[in-house]
Amino acid sequence: MKTITVKYFAMFREHAGLGEETLQLDAATALDVFEQTRARHQSTEPNGHCKVAINDQMADWDAAVSDGDTVLLFPPVAGG
Amino acid sequence: MQLSATAIRCCYFRRLPVASMITIADSNIDVDELRRQMANPAAGGLCVFEGWIRNENEGRSVERLEYEVYEPLAISEGEKVLAEAMQRYPHLEAICVHRSGLLEIGDCAVWVGVAAAHRDEAFKACRYIIDQIKVRLPIWKKEHYVDGDSGWVNCERCANVV
Repeated sequence: MKTITVKYFAMFREHAGLGEETLQLDAATALDVFEQTRARHQSTEPNGHCKVAINDQMADWDAAVSDGDTVLLFPPVAGG
Repeated sequence: MQLSATAIRCCYFRRLPVASMITIADSNIDVDELRRQMANPAAGGLCVFEGWIRNENEGRSVERLEYEVYEPLAISEGEKVLAEAMQRYPHLEAICVHRSGLLEIGDCAVWVGVAAAHRDEAFKACRYIIDQIKVRLPIWKKEHYVDGDSGWVNCERCANVV
């Protein structure tokens, strides 16, 4: 198990009802974190056009996560 | 402060201290001041894109719009975009400012300016920057409709995510 801090933004934050939480997760990749938090907050939606960052660096979904990491989950962006 | 490749080049050219070329503003964007900052004796032209808040989206009347920005990554990812634009379409300088917070109809949400020796590079670099900013930077907008409802743009298909 790893201690992972997960941060939620925009729609994700509103749905989860919180901006961040620190969890004990059995996660190897960023996608594992996404899927486990998705289950935690009772959603069945895929990652689709969402993005992820690890420790303030944009990352791929298959990027490895380590104990103590902060994973940022971004819903589809809409700048401009 | 970390400077983008664009900023570093501008510092050298103008002998002036140049801050990060992409910034997030929490109040009105002063477009006249930005245009003045782009003045460059080697430039043959300036291409500017201004994104404005419009009063309609997909058939719904919009009253105002709210931008949420995760600034640390918006800045770092924006600097990558500016550096890519410089490499693909060499130009003299580029500035981008994006708003955060609550905006009213007609407000300027994003300003991109590119000064170049010739118009082709200016147009292409400006187009590249605004297109990439829209799909890469961690920025979200929530529309507030005239009927009192509200919704996150681009999130129709992820209503239940996380």
